[in-house]
Amino acid sequence: MPYINLENKLTGIRSLVKYRPETGRHLYALVRVLLTGPSTLSKGERELIAAFVSSRNGCMFCTESHASAARILFESEQEVVDEVLENGTSEILSIKMNSLLQLAGKVQVSGKEVRSEDIERAKGCGATDLEIHDVVLISAVFSLFNRYVDGLGTSLPENSADFEEMGHFMISNEYKFHLNSNP
Amino acid sequence: MTYIHVPDNLPGIRGLMVFRPDTAKHLNQLAEELLRSENSLTRGERELIATHVSYLNDCFYCQHAHQALAGYYLACDFEKLDEVKANPDQANLSDRMKALLKIAGSVQKGGLQVTPDQIEKAKAEGATDREIHDTVLIAAAFCMFNRYVDGLGTEAPLDREFYKNRAEARANEGYANYNPEN
Repeated sequence: MPYINLENKLTGIRSLVKYRPETGRHLYALVRVLLTGPSTLSKGERELIAAFVSSRNGCMFCTESHASAARILFESEQEVVDEVLENGTSEILSIKMNSLLQLAGKVQVSGKEVRSEDIERAKGCGATDLEIHDVVLISAVFSLFNRYVDGLGTSLPENSADFEEMGHFMISNEYKFHLNSNP
Repeated sequence: MTYIHVPDNLPGIRGLMVFRPDTAKHLNQLAEELLRSENSLTRGERELIATHVSYLNDCFYCQHAHQALAGYYLACDFEKLDEVKANPDQANLSDRMKALLKIAGSVQKGGLQVTPDQIEKAKAEGATDREIHDTVLIAAAFCMFNRYVDGLGTEAPLDREFYKNRAEARANEGYANYNPEN
């Protein structure tokens, strides 16, 4: 049961942006740029960072939905998702991507946890300034979403298979904000 | 030294906004809606929530930029807010505001740290559902802003007069069309 009356029966973030679309539309627009906009990081890599940070924050709704999207996008290599959720790293990924996951993990704890060595390591593995920027901001943004979703005690879907459907929807919809249908 | 190449005369989030305008636009629109638009929480109260959370996250730039704005809106001395942001329970605030700041403090630790008792207490002190929602989202948003600003190693002027001197102009300009180069 959510802590406040959200006036709808949706789950997780969907129930919140339906309740308060004035802020919801900007949150979705931000995620749309970060996770689906033009980038040298693949959409799968970016969904993986979102799932990883959400998992570290213990947010089941965000972890399961973004892990589902990442599994679909990684296709035949989808085991990478469980490896990263468990260990924060995977041999399937490039060393650059592993260094960026490590950076995202620091930001999840606190901005102050990031040291210049973390940045140098990522740059040494070929990460660009824009990739570093976006990874830090994705991790920070999911530190927002996870707190928003759990801090108001939102509901989870009754059926865990619903997350799979959600993953497909997130990929096809690319976080466009719809006021009158399930966002 | 900021970890990525941003204009070196723009401290805190301002250099990051110039670096990536596509995300800056949405961050500013979110801040405008949360901190300035029509709301039963005053602009000063909302800036105080932002200040408290930024203090807990030890983000020097955000904490002082928003403390100066809170001081401006609340017509309260900047120095007096040093005490309020650190110990809101001991401050001269309404019980409703204290209960909301308690929720914000839990959100800073993690969404799962908010307890049903804290929500009930806020409701008993007269907080509406919408106020509780906005408090949680403001606190969550500053957990993002603080990580963004510190995680990329941005510079922050150490002289607190810098933030005080900018508050009035920043309050008049708002967030939605904020030009980070000013």
